[in-house]
Amino acid sequence: MKNRKSAKITGGKLFVYIMLGIISLYFIIPFLWMLLTAFKTESEAFAFPPKLFPSEFRIRNFVDAWNSQPFFIYLRNSVIITFLTTLGQVLSSSAVAYGFARYNFKGKNILFLILLGTMMIPWDVIVIPLYMEFKMLKWINTLKPLIVPAFFGSAYYIFLLRQFLMGIPKDFEDAAYIDGANDWQTYSRIFLPMMKAPLILVCVLNIITVWNDYLGPLVFLNSRDKYTLPLGLAAFKGMHEMQVIPIMAITSLMIIPPIIVFAFAQKYIIEGVSGALKG
Amino acid sequence: MTFHAMHAGRKRRLAPYLFIMPWIVGFVSFTFGPLLFSAVMAFFEWPVIGSPRFIGFGNFLQMFTKDPQFWKSLGITLKFMLIFVPLNLIIALLLAILISRPVRGISVFRTIFYLPSVVSSVAIAIMWGWILHPEYGLLNYILSLVGISGPHWLSDPSWAIGAIVMASLWGLGTMMLIFYTAIKSIPKDIYEDAIIAGASPVRTFFSITLPLITPTLLFNLITSTIGAMQELSLVLLLTKGGPVKSTYFYGLYVYRNAFQFFKLGYAAANAWFMFIIILLLTLLIFKSSSIWVFYEHEVAGKQS
Repeated sequence: MKNRKSAKITGGKLFVYIMLGIISLYFIIPFLWMLLTAFKTESEAFAFPPKLFPSEFRIRNFVDAWNSQPFFIYLRNSVIITFLTTLGQVLSSSAVAYGFARYNFKGKNILFLILLGTMMIPWDVIVIPLYMEFKMLKWINTLKPLIVPAFFGSAYYIFLLRQFLMGIPKDFEDAAYIDGANDWQTYSRIFLPMMKAPLILVCVLNIITVWNDYLGPLVFLNSRDKYTLPLGLAAFKGMHEMQVIPIMAITSLMIIPPIIVFAFAQKYIIEGVSGALKG
Repeated sequence: MTFHAMHAGRKRRLAPYLFIMPWIVGFVSFTFGPLLFSAVMAFFEWPVIGSPRFIGFGNFLQMFTKDPQFWKSLGITLKFMLIFVPLNLIIALLLAILISRPVRGISVFRTIFYLPSVVSSVAIAIMWGWILHPEYGLLNYILSLVGISGPHWLSDPSWAIGAIVMASLWGLGTMMLIFYTAIKSIPKDIYEDAIIAGASPVRTFFSITLPLITPTLLFNLITSTIGAMQELSLVLLLTKGGPVKSTYFYGLYVYRNAFQFFKLGYAAANAWFMFIIILLLTLLIFKSSSIWVFYEHEVAGKQS
């Protein structure tokens, strides 16, 4: 009886592994195919039937591709935007979340409801007047439209951080108050250090989102010296549709940073998803 | 007593407003201001150069009666939503069930399934464009091995939406993780009772797992629907609306009207129409949820 049961479980497990293996192909093959193509020669990439592996892994392809366009400038712009928006989100979202989580004040509930509501507004509705607003400010074709709003917080991150702060007992403020700390000191010296884990999650989510953003740069930037990596790559693809190898090489390089960030922060992301749900 | 009084005094102070001030300023200048402004714009003919002209409901009249592309684009987007949303939910849920099995090495698969969610839509479009290439693409080669002559995915009007769906489904990782967390949070003892009662895995799924995760299903259904109605990046990058406008999604229609044809007022009206559709759809889903969403206390009540 016992034996039969364990055999059945093994059979079930085998089935699960086979399913997992087959499904993995769908998720992994586009990555692998891109990477393998990036190392090939032109004739290998356009061979029929397709050749799985290149005859030689040509690392030169990456260097050539990188030098064929001002990718370094695109990289610099992407790094600047990603870094500054992350800084802005950490500074502002944490303070706003603290205000919502640790105080009672008039209008708090309605303001928080509005904050949640803003997450439902479609991008289309906002982007046209926003474009005109930035045009009036002479911000079009600068990095400002992509950076400045981050310093005013983002609803989703504020929500995540608030959920975390709500779970901290009231004793901390009371203790700080007895010690004579003012509101700012209570926030910056006691609560901010406690928010390390959720702030890492905010950083990770923001880095991935901003690094990958295509539509924002597409609307607000128009000269190549301001392009970000995704925008520069899309423009390159648009002009040289048939230059598959450099396109694959640059794409392979571009996806490395978010994958590394994700690899380091996987635990935070999964916990973050569950944390947001409990709210 | 005095301590509490001091606290009451604290509550009325300025501090909380100072803490939330950044968001208030940002909300007014980058969300609410633009939102109001775009509502005003919808009633104007608003060229990029030259002065705007008030035309009342002119933009809406134009949309509903004189612009066949409006209806076509709306239809294409609705069609995409009806194909994509159910597939997205079902596959994400199936994968979530798979990765919540207690087997060795499962976290590797969880990572693999989530990986596409961390890369740019530009990268997704490039990878899938290459996989779907009619002559040198891997997919058509694999199909040819089993004797199927694959279509010209991205340049055949009857397949292009399918190609967009395929590439969009690739990014279902976040939805899968949300289902996964919901499944993981179901107490184990509920399952133990079912196993003792001799329920089959399928039966267990439909009578325990599924009812308990309906609140999550509701959340994912709404996010997925809103996302599908706004789809733009992949269309812009993979098909540019073609072939013969078969993937001219509503999002692309608004985008082109605004930033290519510079009919800003008209595009604002288009965008507001979509906003209202999204609000109505969300409301409809919420209304329906009282029939099919179970909250834990209700289920507990039924069992006793």
